[in-house]
Order: sequence, then C-alpha cells, then structure tokens
Amino acid sequence: MGAYAYRAPSSVEEALSTLAAEAAAGNRAQMLAGGTDVMVQMRSIDKGPRTFVDVKHVAEANELCIGTDEVFIGAAIASAVLNESQELKSILPGLIEAADLIGSTQIQGRATIGGNLCNSSPAGDTIPALIACGAVCVIASSGGNREVPTEDFVTGVGTNVLEPTEFLVGFKIPRPKGRTSDAYLRFIPRTEMDIAVCGAGVALTLDDSGVCTAAKVSIGAVAITALVVPDAAAALVGTTVDDAALAAAADASSALAKPITDKRGTVEYRRKVVGVLTKRAAAIARDRALAL
Amino acid sequence: MAEAVDLKAIGTRPVRPDGIEKVTGRAAFGADLHLPNMLHGKVLRSPYAHARIKSVDLTRARAAEGVLAAISGADFPGNASDLGKNVIARDKVLYHGHAVAAVAAKTQLQADVALDLIEVEYEVLEPVMSLDQAMAEGATLVNETQHTNGDTSKPPSNVAATQRFERGDLEAGFAQADVIVEGEYRVPMAHQGYIEPHACTATVNEDGKATVWCCTQGHFDVRSLTAQVLGERVGNIKVIPSEIGGGFGGKTTIYLEPLAVKMSQMTGRPVKMTMSREDVFRATGPTSGTWCKAKIGAKKDGTFTAASAWLAYEAGAFPGAPIGPGCMSVLAPYEVPNLVIEGNDVLVNKPKVCAYRAPGAPQSMHAMECAIDELARKLDMDPIDLRLKNAAGEGTVAPYGPRFPAIGLRECLEAAKVHPNYLAPVPEGGGRGVAVGFWFNIGMQSSAEVRIAEDGMVTVMEGSPDIGGSRASMALMAAETLGVPYDQVKAHVGDTESTGFCNVTGGSRTTFATGMAVIQACEDIIAQCRQRAALTWDLDEEQVDWVDGEAVPKPGVNADVNPLSLANIARGAGRTGGPLLGRASLNAQGAGASFSCNFTDTKVDTETGKVDVLSFTAVQDAGRAIHPSYVEGQMQGGAVQGIGWALNEEYIYDADGVMENAGFLDYRVPVASDMPMIDTEIIEVPNPFHPYGVRGVGETPIVAPLAAVSNAVRDQLGFRIPDLPLSPPRVLEAIDEREG
Repeated sequence: MGAYAYRAPSSVEEALSTLAAEAAAGNRAQMLAGGTDVMVQMRSIDKGPRTFVDVKHVAEANELCIGTDEVFIGAAIASAVLNESQELKSILPGLIEAADLIGSTQIQGRATIGGNLCNSSPAGDTIPALIACGAVCVIASSGGNREVPTEDFVTGVGTNVLEPTEFLVGFKIPRPKGRTSDAYLRFIPRTEMDIAVCGAGVALTLDDSGVCTAAKVSIGAVAITALVVPDAAAALVGTTVDDAALAAAADASSALAKPITDKRGTVEYRRKVVGVLTKRAAAIARDRALAL
Repeated sequence: MAEAVDLKAIGTRPVRPDGIEKVTGRAAFGADLHLPNMLHGKVLRSPYAHARIKSVDLTRARAAEGVLAAISGADFPGNASDLGKNVIARDKVLYHGHAVAAVAAKTQLQADVALDLIEVEYEVLEPVMSLDQAMAEGATLVNETQHTNGDTSKPPSNVAATQRFERGDLEAGFAQADVIVEGEYRVPMAHQGYIEPHACTATVNEDGKATVWCCTQGHFDVRSLTAQVLGERVGNIKVIPSEIGGGFGGKTTIYLEPLAVKMSQMTGRPVKMTMSREDVFRATGPTSGTWCKAKIGAKKDGTFTAASAWLAYEAGAFPGAPIGPGCMSVLAPYEVPNLVIEGNDVLVNKPKVCAYRAPGAPQSMHAMECAIDELARKLDMDPIDLRLKNAAGEGTVAPYGPRFPAIGLRECLEAAKVHPNYLAPVPEGGGRGVAVGFWFNIGMQSSAEVRIAEDGMVTVMEGSPDIGGSRASMALMAAETLGVPYDQVKAHVGDTESTGFCNVTGGSRTTFATGMAVIQACEDIIAQCRQRAALTWDLDEEQVDWVDGEAVPKPGVNADVNPLSLANIARGAGRTGGPLLGRASLNAQGAGASFSCNFTDTKVDTETGKVDVLSFTAVQDAGRAIHPSYVEGQMQGGAVQGIGWALNEEYIYDADGVMENAGFLDYRVPVASDMPMIDTEIIEVPNPFHPYGVRGVGETPIVAPLAAVSNAVRDQLGFRIPDLPLSPPRVLEAIDEREG
C-alpha cells in the first residue's frame, strides 16, 4: 500500500518517455486504458503503489482507420465507439461482437480491446476474435514500433511480451476481402455480465461456389493462452462448411484444448463445449460470408 | 370483513413513499452515515475452515499508525453464546472467514495495515464440509461437546437436533399404494444475495449509552442481541435502522454491531464497519445445503396413501438449520393419511445459516414436488390434476398439527389450470414443469402509533423496517380504516426509542401483524374522534358514527350539525381534550398460510447443458393484496431467486473448506436478461383472522420455482437430474452419461 500517481501523456513519444522515466526512478508503471480490469484489481488483489500511465490521451492509440487493405484500431478506443461503427461491424462482425460481450453498456464506454488483450487473461473474449481475423499488435518501443501477431502476444496467465517501457498502440488487421467474414461465440452460464467458460473465434473466406478457401480458428479459456487450431481450419478449407466439416472442426478444437477444472467448469465440459462453439461460430461466419 | 367492492384505498397502486428518495440516490443506507472523528473498523477473518486458536497477539496492530483499538474474543469475557462466538471466535474458528479480531483506525488503509500485523497461531483441524462427512460414523466433530438433542447418554455428534412428525401407519399406507415413487435430492447452500452488504456505525457517549445505525430487518432484535453479546442492558443501546438494500431473512441477526460498539467504548469515537461482498459471502448466514429423501405412494386414481421425507440440513458452524419449517412444509399442501417426516440439523464448517425467504421450505418441497411430478408421470395424470386430487383445504389437518382455516391452494391450482400460459402448447423441443409452494407465515409482536397533525395529516409510526414496500401498505390500510385519501397518510419506521416494540420484518408478518396494529391504532383514533364530536355536539359517543373520514350523527339521531372531518376535529383538538394520538400493540394470532402454484417452460441446449427459462407463471394466494404491485413484485422476486438457485447458485468449496466463488461473478444470481417476464396472478382467499383478509406473501414465492424448473427440465430430457443446481456442467454430464 502507498501512493498512486497518474500521468496522461498525449503522444506515443511522451508516453514512452514517461515509462522510461518511471523505470529509471525505480517506480512501477502500469498502462491504463479503460481501467475496467486495472481499477478492480487495484482495489482488491493488487493494491501496491504505482504510476498509472493513461493511454486514453495518446493520439495514435485513439486512431481508427478503415483503409482499403488494412484496418487500424487504436488500443485506447472504447468498445462502445467500435460498436457504433457500422462499417467495422459489417467487415469484422466477429471482432465487434466479442468486444460487445465484455461488460455492460456502461462498462463498454470505458473498456477497450487493447486493454482486454493486455490484461492477458486466458478468458479474454476479444483475444480469439483478434487472432482469428489476423490482427497484428503494434507495440510502441524506444527503438520504434514493433509488430507481434496477436497469437504470440500473450505468454501466460496475466503475462505478455510487453517490456515495462513498452505499450500497445493498436492493431493492424488485414481488411477482409470478398466473401470473408468472422464470428465469435463464448459460453457463459448466464446471458451477460460473466467470464467465458470457453470461447471460439472463426474467420473464413468462401469462393463463389461457397467452398472455403481460407480459415483461421482460435479458442479461448481452454489453456493458459488463447490457442490457434490449425486442424480446425484445415477441416473447413476445401469444404462448403457443411455438417461433416463443422463436426471435424469441432473435434479438432476439443482435441487441442488443454483446459482445467475450476469453479467455472470441468476439463470434460470445456473440452466438449469449445468444440460446440467452434462448430457454431464457423456456421455463423459461413452464413455471414454467404450473405456478402 | 370488508368486501373488495367497499374498499377505496386497499387494492390501489400508489407510488411508495420511499420511492423518490431511492431513485434519486437520496435515501441513506447502512454505509451512508458519516460522523465527525469517525474511525473505520475492520475484521480479521480466519484463513482456515476449522482450527483451534492457540493465541492472538494484537501488540503490533495496536502500535500501528492511526490505530486506536484492536480487539479479539478475549475482550468479550464470560461464557459466550453461539451468537457471541459467531460474532467473534473464542477457542476455535469454525469456518473460513470466521471473525477472529478487529481493529479501529483513523483511515481504512491504516485499518487494513493493522490487520496484517495481528499474529494468530492456529492448530489446523480437518474441516467437515458435507452432510455425508458430518453424519458418517466417527466423523470429525465441529463441536466436541455437542450431543444430539442434548442427550449425553449418546456419544457427541455433528447432528445437533432432530425433529419428527408422524401420522397413521406408514407401512400400511404404502401397502395400499398402486404406485410408489422414491428419490434423493440435494440442494446446495445458497445466499440471499441482497445487494447491500452489512454495515453499521456505533457511537458510545460519556454516559455509556450506545447508538447504533445499521441496515437491518429488525432493529429491536439488533438492540437485544447486541446487548446480549456485550453483557449490556437493552436500555443502554439505541438502534436506528437505515434504509435497507435487501435482506430476504439475512439481516435478522448481527455480525458487526457488538464489535463496533466495543471499539467505540474503548476509543470514545464513532466506529463505522462495513462488509465487502466477499465478507458477506464468507461470513454471513446463507441457507442450508440439504440432502432430502422423499417417498410417496398413490392409488391408481391418484389418491395419496402415504408419504415420507427424511431431511438433513447443513446448519453451518452452530446449530439452527431450518429443519422445523422444512418438516412443516414438505407435505403441507396435501391430504396424506399416513406419513413420517424426519429432520436433522447438522453442523458443518461453513458459515452459520440464517433465515432466507421461507427458510427450509424450498429444499424439502423441491424433493417432494419432484417426487410428485414423477408420480404424475407414472399415473399418466396432469400434474395439476394430481395435486388438485390431494389438495389440502379448509379443515385439513396440517402435518404439523393445526387444522387449516380457509386457504387458497385449490383456487391457485384451478387458476393455473386455465391460465393462458398453461393452455398454450409446450414450446417445441422444450419442457414444462409444475410445482406447488407453501409458507405458513407468522404473527408475533408489533406496535403502532397514529398521530394526527392539526391539519388532519396522518402520521403512522411503526417499527418494522420496510424491505418490500410496507410503508405504502401501512399507509393504505390506515387510509382505508380512517376513510381518508392515501396522500393524507405518511408511514414511518421509528427507531428503538421513538416507536413501540416490533419483532423483525420476517416470516411475511409485517403487512399482516404490524398492519393489524396500524388498523387498531386507527380504530383508536376513530373512537377518539367520535368522542370529540360527541363532546362538540353535546351527544353521547354512541350517537356518533364515523363514515368516510367524518364524524356524523348516527341515523335517527336528531342533531342539526355538520359532519366533522379528521382535519376539523384535529384543528379543535385543544378544546376537546388535546392532540389525537392512537396506539395499539399486539401479539398477532391467526397468520394465514399462503399457497402457490408455479409453472414454467424451459429449454435445455443439449450440446452445452444450458437451461433457458422461456416463461414462468406464478399464481399465489395473497388473502388480500393491499398494494397489488408489491405483491406481484414479491412473487416475481421470489421466482427469480428460486430460478437462480435451481440453475446456477451454489457455494463452491475447495478441499480445504475455502469458498471459491465469494463474489457475484462466480456466485451466479440471474441477471435481468436471463429472465423472461415473470407472469403473476394474485388469488384472494381472505384470511379470516385479519381485518382486511391479509396473508403474508413475501416468502411463498421462492418455494415452488426449484421443483418447477427441475420438473420442466425433466419433461424435456425424459429423465430426472435430482440435484441442484442444474448448472450447464451438471446437465451436460447427465445428458452425456445417459447417451453413453
């Protein structure tokens, strides 16, 4: 217990120099986005002194750019803002629905997908969705920006590749082309205000005849980090994403899952249901792609 | 008794007097009091579920910055009662979260730091965490000196007490049956889940008089219980109840108050103590986890011939599981000629249970209502018809003794049978479940005062904390009795020194019993008004009537006078004998049992095990609905709590007896979007023992939903999952096992 300090840099440069100065002074610095995890943790499990560095005022982290080849989503943009972009919702419906699953409407006024990733919970809802749509993390570092695929960002429960002097600026996502769409589903015992027992994100591309030409499947809350499931994607590619392909994708997710038994579910339960979610998310992504 | 057609105020739906303050955030709840120089008290809680306390060293905590007091069980000398030991542990800690010590400091942070400086040495013991473990031969004892029913000729046991009801010849009854159903059902420990955590502030002045502000369902009980734990005189403690953010029975005891008073005595400063949500889960009284065996037999035509129930209820750390009400309720809705009902009150290393809405009834009736559902299937009878065939009515002798006066079970069942939701087909792929609920309701002691201001405004003062709109109900009954408009009446809940004694708001007694006191106090006012009018008119009191809020000469009395309203009489009260003050106090008799019939349509996602509640219909006898919106609110709230308990709510413990889900994230009460609209239908079979026919309505609503949901899931799946909650992992596992 002790003092808390708060800094609100307005640029990447200023944020990096703030982080460097705090590190040099031997202070603990923690990036703050929506605060919907950090504030709760500060009041309950991690009360130690630190300097909060608020990313919400960093200009680059608030950029939203929907280009012809690439989408950039700043790490500080509130989920509610993303949810209001009809264009984003139409091209990345799975990612936006994942963001929309986190917290209530009020919470979404603060919460960010960047914060969700940096919190690095195994159950973070946007993580499998980001992985599925091929998001790359843009990390501000003293030597310039570095880029890390989302599936390589989280290293363990609550840990990630960020150095104490680095922070996440945003995500680069290839703009979906042609009949490409995505979907994310999570399982919770309630309808909202809960944490995923397991989750599955699927992005896929169909050709003119409805045959899947590319797919990426990622599952959450069934291992210490979200997992990419290459076998599930392989089961979908080359098919019309029919029941047999869906069943095979489900089996692939169940097979790869390495869940634990805890108060939210058993190993057996998670293993089975993550397959069910994979199948259902893939069917939704297929139907969305077909409608394009 | 007044008939419905004569009623002007009762049965209307005015805005509750506390509504505006609550929706604007102005209402003051337990934690909202701030006093100058106030200290913050915090509790050190046991990290073990079961351990002997070898020593508690407060030296370092007392020396810490900002700390003005630190106490442990040693600061409460004398033989401690179970209540005293629950407030602060003495020789043993009996559950994870049991209070061991407390500190008071100038800031919350300083108090937190001080807690870390308290040194407690424990000898860790094996925790007793289940009924099976507690009741097994040679079980570790939660209390080494406890003998069942106090019988010291037998060895000590975790079973604190047993209860038994018996009628007829059970074996002969089952021998007469054509069909018998038997099952075992478990219901998990569940918390009331009130939104407001416990909070209190105490200040002790130089005369040694203590004032306590707290959120409670009964401030007179807080006064007597706090006095008992502290060894103080009741008269030295004044308790002021705040607004209350839910209780459901859980705020009928004390946890923090003696600690706050003690530390205020020691420091001469006010001490405020509030619980976190985690404290609430770990250290306050939930209701019992249970293990029930139910058996019931019937003839081919559905007539019950015999039934038995064996109930084991977790008491937590100290005796007092609600086995009495569990036994009373289990077969109360039915005519059963031969029965045996047995209950066991069993200690385990979990928090001491407290009342929770119809304490004990949901668990035992879940078992029997599931068994009756199976019986209806075997008999190929509609589940409502089977219940109608055996329904208790006026004159039925309840299993626990008394003969029922007029009751509304049959009316509820008949209304359910023709309800549009019941006539509608079961949704495609889903299931429908029916169950009956019951609560006997209680009377107990209440007082009320009615004061008339000089302009005729009516102030009702009573001592029942308002947890469900009771101030509105009191004002409606006063308005009805006096014959004045609702907005001429304001009802208030007084503190222990400004109003007469009232027992707790619990047992669904307030509208019935305190309401009766309010009515009698109003009748006292009417008698005084007739006397004052007689004096004014130079008539005899017997020649004056009270009609529609006015004194008038009785028909045939020859007097050329204008009627005198309450305001007329109040304005001239100084000339006719002084202010108008009506009073009544009573120990209310004749609380009327309230029965219900609930049915629900559910759909199980057979790939995930998730149960969706598609519709839920609650039909209940209110006797007379004073404020129908609040009766419906009780029915809906109870249904949602029952559904939550049926589907997801449970205490999850690790191997060491530590609760793993001490928060609303993982102790899953339903959120609004989980629930369909709870449809309600109020039945009114008046209680003959209340002036307006009131029965208590607050508790019955939580009783039937557990079995109704279980029966609906059974209807869809084709097999029974006997244990609750019907959480997704349990349901999916059962489906997978069934499918091999």
